[in-house]
Amino acid sequence: MRVTIDKSRCIAAGQCVLNAPFVFDQGEEDGIVILLKEDPPPEQEEHTRRAARLCPAEAIKLHD
Amino acid sequence: MALDLAELSYPMQRSCPFHPPEAYAPLRENQPFARVRLWDGSHPYLLTRYEDIRAVLAEPRFSCEPVREGFPHVYEGRMVADKADRSFLRLDNPEHDRLRRMVTKEFTVKKVQALRPYIQATVDRLIDNYAAMPQGSDFVEHFAAPLPTDIITLLLGIPYEDHEIFRRATRIQFGSRSTPAEVRESLAELFGYLDALITRKEAEPADDVVSRLVHDQYRPGHIDRITLINIVRLLLSAGHQTTQNMTALGVLTLLQHPDQLALIRADASLIPGAVEELLRFSSILHTGARRVALEDIDVNGHLVRAGEGVICSIPAANRDGELFPDPDRFDVTRDAGPHVAFGFGVHQCLGQVLARAELQIVYETLFRRLPELRLAVPFESLRFRHDMFVYGVHELPLSW
Repeated sequence: MRVTIDKSRCIAAGQCVLNAPFVFDQGEEDGIVILLKEDPPPEQEEHTRRAARLCPAEAIKLHD
Repeated sequence: MALDLAELSYPMQRSCPFHPPEAYAPLRENQPFARVRLWDGSHPYLLTRYEDIRAVLAEPRFSCEPVREGFPHVYEGRMVADKADRSFLRLDNPEHDRLRRMVTKEFTVKKVQALRPYIQATVDRLIDNYAAMPQGSDFVEHFAAPLPTDIITLLLGIPYEDHEIFRRATRIQFGSRSTPAEVRESLAELFGYLDALITRKEAEPADDVVSRLVHDQYRPGHIDRITLINIVRLLLSAGHQTTQNMTALGVLTLLQHPDQLALIRADASLIPGAVEELLRFSSILHTGARRVALEDIDVNGHLVRAGEGVICSIPAANRDGELFPDPDRFDVTRDAGPHVAFGFGVHQCLGQVLARAELQIVYETLFRRLPELRLAVPFESLRFRHDMFVYGVHELPLSW
């Protein structure tokens, strides 16, 4: 699985960090998404899928 | 069940305080794009299916601006307040994102994490105070209301003692029976109060959200004063009334479902999931998320015409059996995560991480510290907030 993010869409709802904290973070200056792992390990895939599904701004894309 | 379209007025009445109006389930099944009649004679769509509602709320060609022709206004008084709103809640992009990003850093997961010890201490203090009061004291007035008010006033840098001013404003501006004149008067009072607050922050900045907005955004000219006032008003209003109502209604819901309460008392790791389920089950934004189509838009195969209003029922979406099996059952162990209690799309609640933290700490601490907590009056005597923009219970007398 490969993950890409679109920072311009992000609204800093925080859902990704709550659901997949090893894959996503938020910038301290703006709360906007930071991608920590472009290729999450298999044990993080379910959390990452959930984060993408719950992102209200559809700023997370998954490429299997 | 056949439904006569001409008879569907909105908002609809509930027959059980814990469930949405009974018409929602057959509407979801048979008429997911129903027309309803509002107080002003307009006929917007009422959407009841989860996937349709997510699609509308994620679609930028649906506007959330109340000043636009066709935008559905559910109460006359609320219309006045909505049209006066210059906060990002009532603005489309690109201006929405520009303004929202002025405050997003204040509500990040890390910021809320750092605030947890303070929230815990505040919850403990309020429980001490409440437990020292006479049995049957109102939990709303003495716990559910002071808690979020304490937290949001701390963050914003507003004196806690001023809460009567903005709680009164909330009661009037979000009440279904408030007249336009009452709402205008209330807005003037609140805006005057916030204007004076901003003047104080200009002179004496402190380490708080309002001071940062004044000095980082207003002074350099990124926003004008009325927009600043509106942003502060939004944070204040959203920061106290939603969590207050969710806190009290959640406690009542758990007390009325003792088997579910027993589960979270036995295993605190269930609490975050239980909070999601309470958010889903309660769906306190019961009047719905409202939009108006800016052009002809295909929503999952249904054409909504430019200028038509759409009400996305949050309670209906969160009871959609397609996503939540046995949707009317309150089950703290289910995966309620995909609920839309905080909305969806770019307007999804800015304070949701904070709200979750407050609710998680409340439910864990309250039932641990007061294990005998129970309703002090017959359930039938409780007054629910059918008459308010945000649902909940007006008073909640408890014993412990």
